[in-house]
Amino acid sequence: MKRTFADLHLRLNPKDLAMASRIVAKAATLGYGLVAVPFSSETRDDDEEAKLRRACADAGVDFASRVDLQPRNREQLMNQLRKLRRRFEVVCVSCESKEVARQAAKDRRVDLLSFPLIDYTRRFFDRAEAELACQSFAALEVDVKPLFLLEGSVRARFFSTLRREVSVAREFRVPVVVSSGAASEMLLRKPREIAALAGLFGLDEALGLDAVSVNPVAIVGRNREKLSSGFVAPGIRVVKEGNDC
Amino acid sequence: MKRVKRRYLLLQVYTDATLSQREVLDAVWASITKLYGEHGASLAGLSLVSFDEGKKTAVVRVALNALQPVRASIALIARIAGKEAAVHVIAVSGTLKSLRDRE
Repeated sequence: MKRTFADLHLRLNPKDLAMASRIVAKAATLGYGLVAVPFSSETRDDDEEAKLRRACADAGVDFASRVDLQPRNREQLMNQLRKLRRRFEVVCVSCESKEVARQAAKDRRVDLLSFPLIDYTRRFFDRAEAELACQSFAALEVDVKPLFLLEGSVRARFFSTLRREVSVAREFRVPVVVSSGAASEMLLRKPREIAALAGLFGLDEALGLDAVSVNPVAIVGRNREKLSSGFVAPGIRVVKEGNDC
Repeated sequence: MKRVKRRYLLLQVYTDATLSQREVLDAVWASITKLYGEHGASLAGLSLVSFDEGKKTAVVRVALNALQPVRASIALIARIAGKEAAVHVIAVSGTLKSLRDRE
């Protein structure tokens, strides 16, 4: 079966629709069938989102809305999840502290866990985190954008950290999602190129391809089902309503 | 001696600048060397077969074993000759003939 490739972190500026349309068109040309665009939880504009959705539809790409949460503590994370979970198809938590990382990993409402890029002291994806994440179906997100911007020893250390985290994720069967994090056309890469880059931090070709297709598509599919009106619980949905049921 | 299996890659360079064959090949070599070192680069068996300045497409030959590392190195190219650029692998083939058919 043909894979649907997804980029769950395409940083489009909804204010610059022409540029956003160009990036989406390029993503479609490169072979992506689904893109997720992060919106700010406070400044989300339904009109802008509708325009982006239309631009994606014109390019033949499926669109998913995403929110990146950066809570300072556990309580703030819980509050944000309560308010925002049902408004977005993908919820990513940027784990700036261990307390937030642990809560995000065990909360079923969180889809993606991301960590500060090059602040290695605050990358909390260890075995304990992975064990919690595997029970709540949260995935580890890796953005490849820093690989283009870093050089030399900093990039080598970044690879080393990613390799360790991916190895832990594989051990605990935590899905890994590799995204571009791109805000311009020049930083977009083909899904197979992203999979090849994933090879640099320990994902073989098949797992690399899963990280840009199966895993992200599963997250969006699962959430769309949850957000649909007929959803009751995982595996249970309302098929028919009325007095004659 | 065992025959070395090769693959031909059709590359598309995206940039606003005009580039020469030398600059594109240097960028690919530089990326492989930076990522895998001189020893790793030597195992790639990389050579440029052709470059079309107008279409900004290139055909390179690599060893089959080094296909994924070369793909990763090419994906990491973000600048060529100081100009912002991206290089995409359009097609991979075992023979030049079938690669030309896909151009």
